[in-house]
This record gives sequence, C-alpha cells and structure tokens, in this order.
Amino acid sequence: MRKTSLDCVYELAKADPRVVFIGSDLGPGVLAGMKQEMPERFFMEGIAEQHIIGMAAGLAMNGFMPYVNTIATFLTRRCYEQIALDLCLQDLPVRLIANGGGGVYAPLGPTHLAVEDIAIMRALPNMTVVAPCDAQEMRRLMAATIDWPHPIYIRLGKGGEPVVSTPDAGFEIGKAILMRQPGSGLFVSTGVMTQLALKAAEQLQAENIPCGVLHMHTVKPLDGAALDHWLPRVDGVVTVEEHTRIGGLGSAVLEHCSDHMPTQVAKIARIGLPDRFATEYGNQDTLLSYWGVTVDAMAQAMRRQLSRA
Amino acid sequence: MNLSPRSKALRRDIVGILEAGGKGHIGAALSTVEVMQVLYDSFLRFRPAQPDWVDRDRFILSKGHGCLTLYVMLADKGFFPKEELLTFCAPDSRLGGHPEWGKLPGVEATTGALGHGLSIGMGMALAAKMRKQDYRVVVLTGDGEINEGSVWEAAMSAAKHKLSNLTVMVDYNKLQSYGPTSEVLSLDPLADKWRSFGFAVEEVDGHDLGALQSLCARLPLDQAKPTAIICHTIKGKGLPFAEGVAEWHHRSGLKAQDIAAMYACLQ
Repeated sequence: MRKTSLDCVYELAKADPRVVFIGSDLGPGVLAGMKQEMPERFFMEGIAEQHIIGMAAGLAMNGFMPYVNTIATFLTRRCYEQIALDLCLQDLPVRLIANGGGGVYAPLGPTHLAVEDIAIMRALPNMTVVAPCDAQEMRRLMAATIDWPHPIYIRLGKGGEPVVSTPDAGFEIGKAILMRQPGSGLFVSTGVMTQLALKAAEQLQAENIPCGVLHMHTVKPLDGAALDHWLPRVDGVVTVEEHTRIGGLGSAVLEHCSDHMPTQVAKIARIGLPDRFATEYGNQDTLLSYWGVTVDAMAQAMRRQLSRA
Repeated sequence: MNLSPRSKALRRDIVGILEAGGKGHIGAALSTVEVMQVLYDSFLRFRPAQPDWVDRDRFILSKGHGCLTLYVMLADKGFFPKEELLTFCAPDSRLGGHPEWGKLPGVEATTGALGHGLSIGMGMALAAKMRKQDYRVVVLTGDGEINEGSVWEAAMSAAKHKLSNLTVMVDYNKLQSYGPTSEVLSLDPLADKWRSFGFAVEEVDGHDLGALQSLCARLPLDQAKPTAIICHTIKGKGLPFAEGVAEWHHRSGLKAQDIAAMYACLQ
C-alpha cells in the first residue's frame, strides 16, 4: 500500500506539474525514479517534521501540491501545530501520507504506533481523513486527491493486504462503499480493518446471521447519508477500527447518530483499541489480538448486539 | 537616535489602534517600525490594488504578535482603508490580534504561533526558484521566537537549498515576554549561530533607517546563501517609559492618560 501510494505520487507528478514530494528521512531508494526524472520536485528534507509541514504550506500557497510522507506518529504528533495552523487554518492542498497506521510498527514499540492519529487529525477543521483498505483502493484514492482542495491525511496499512476492494465500486472522497449487503447486522469499518470485518461477516453468515460491511474509507468528512440510509435498516451495528476507541471512526459514527438519529445509538458497539499504551511488541497480528481487535471479537460483538435487538 | 517624522507618524497610528482596540502587543510592535518602514518604503515590490500579484515580494511577519506595525504599514500603502485600523480586534474585524492570511490583503501567512514563518517563507522562496520567478521572501522573526527548534530546522533547509532569495530578519530587542532573552534562553552568539547554519549574516541598528536601507540594497549578501539580518532594536522604541520594559510587551486596559502620554512622546 505504501509503495503503491508513492508510485502514485510519481505518476501524478508526471501528469501534473503542481505535484511535489517531500519526505523526511525515508529508506534509501524511495521514489528513485521520480528523483532521477524530476529532481526539482523531489525533496528529502531530514528529520524535521515541523519544518517540512511549514515548507509544504509555503509551496502550496504558491501553487504547488505537496505530498508529504513519513511515519504516521511523526507526521501527526510532532508537527501537530503546523498541521493545524499552516495547513488547516490556511486550508491548503497538502497531502500527508502516513506510514504505518495502527499496529503496523508493532516490534518498534509504542513510540511508533499511530493509534490516535485519526482522532487528532479529525479534530482539525478543513482536514480530510482517509484510510483505504488495500493497495487498489489506495490507487483510486490517490487519483482523487489531485482535485481535492483541502489538506488530506492518508493513513496507510502495512502493505501486502489481500485486495478486497473492486474498481466498479469507484472511489469518491467522503463517500462510503457498501462492501457487503447488510442483513440483520452491519459492520462499519475503516482502513484495513474492513478486511477483518468482511471475515467476521463471513463467519456470521455460516451461522445464518447475515451481516453487511460499510467501508468508511473516509472518516472525515463522514458519509452521514450512508449511515442515515443503512443504520435504520439493520438491528445491530459494530464499528471497527485499528485505533483508540477515543475519537476515531466509532466516535464519529456515534456523534453523527447522537446529532441526527439518536434512536440508532443503542444499536452500536465499537471495536477499537483500549485507552492505554501498548506494552507488547510482536507483530501487527499479535498486537491486534492483545488489543482485542480480532475477527472473533467482531463476530462476538455483533452476536451480542443482535441478541439485544 | 531621533525618530524620523514618518517613524513617529507610523507610531502614532499604532497608538491609534491601541486607543481604539484597548489592547495590543505594543512593545513588540514598536521595536519593528523602522525595519518594516524600510522594507515597505524602499525594498519590497508589491501592488496594493493587486495583492495576489504573482511576482510580488513576500513579507511574512513570523512574530505575528507584532501585527500592529504590519497593519499600519499595509494601511499606509493602501492595501485597505486606513480607518479600518480602528476595528482592531472587533468581533467582525479583519484585523485580529494576530494576522491571518486570506482575511486581510497584504498578509502573506497566518502567524501567531511562533516558529512557523521561516518554514513557510522557505517554501515560498523554494517555489520561486522552482518556477524561475524573481520574487524575494523576507521573514521577520522575534528574538524569543527563535527559541523554537522549528526555526533552526527551517534554517538548515533554507541553507541546503541555497535560497538567496530568502532573508530572515531577527528583531533582536533582547526582551521576551518574561524578561531578558539572556536570562530566559540566551541566543548569543546569535550571528555565529546563523552563520554556522549556512546563512550570510549582517548585524544592523534596527532603528537606523539609512543603515537598514543600504543593507537591504545589498541583498542578497551571498548568491549561494540565504541571508540573516540581526536587527538590534529596543522594545517599546519611541516611548521612553516603555523602552526595555518587559511589562510593555503587551498592554491592555490602557486609560486615556496612558494614551495621551504615548502621543506626547511621538509629536
């Protein structure tokens, strides 16, 4: 997914002279082709995230469209004020490509785990927050970024995930994709968690509990219309995210329901990360188990919701 | 050094804003009057009737709290009507306690949080080089402001790209909010710091119009480096009771006699 997103930056840059790439201190050879072909639009500016965001703002204020890439934690926490003021307050078309959302960097420990990035990015006016579910969807997302006039935070998964998205579903920023038709239950998921939600739905189907999956690749702006349409049609809803339960997708869904259809709130259970720093390493899968973000937990949460209906 | 009639007039306009708005960062504004006066009177290229002219020079007031002087200069140049100065900090004013891009013509970046302006200016200067435009970027920082590490990130990056079209001017009045910069977080040797970060450096009396003018006329100091100009200034310059007094960094609740005393100094 990461390679795809960066390959897309290169492709976009070939077609659009506004596109520039800014990395911090990425791995050797990143976007080597772009660097060779258009060195004037390839920047590796060092471990200086605050500056990089301001620099991107200055470029964007003069007609460029910077795509900025580094590890998600450093692209969000370290330079939050620059993102808030330079990018969001000034509402500039800068794209933040964040490596390793959630537990991707499990062995590196809690310093490298981006588990509240969606919450803090979502809290900023004018910011768009997108988490695609696979590399193919990433490709469609990247194509859509070129015409989006606002800052975008793009959360990447580990990469190598199976492709579950389909081209015919299209891709529009802010428009959720129904990946599986709901029955009595509906999973609402974002990022690569949609893959797990689809498995949970399969598992429940085997028990004759039909469940759908609504893939919210865009957490902000939230597709309230999709929620308005689907939630009243099901008996149980489980939101799924690889992110703290504070402020992410589940919170966004609850906020929308509280504001617009409070009778739906009781249907909703949220799967996400507990409010504590990780104390284990391992890999992404073992961390997800440690956090209780598993296919079994999703299925169990849905059974519980439906039994209450 | 005596203030020029124009420097006094600009200061009277600043006091006028204070009088109307009842508050403001007065000390931090008064130290920058001559610097901005020289920039706007004799250095920067701009078109007030066309504030987004693509080839204009960009001036970023990175120490956004010094906006009283910026507002006075922009009004003086005709970017907006002078009477609008008196709306400072009113609910629907375009002139807030810190300047905002897109709100007021002539403001090139939203500043207020410190340590942002040089990075933004670096991006603008880089954009000029990429587009082969000849506009210049001037960023005015405070001295306390450059406590921020982001400033030094930006400095390294500007030097890396040899942005000779970028000039940072430091309003070195040696007094930050709490007290002397030498006590809060010493900046010295300041010229050597900028030099070691890859800048061509000059120091100047930031209230000496002639010295500022001749220095600006020499920009860039080095065709392969960004420039840093350390402007030695006096916080509260022009008001003897405010000069070098930390309490005058920001004032509110000013009474009629306070305002009258300020005007009296500036006749």
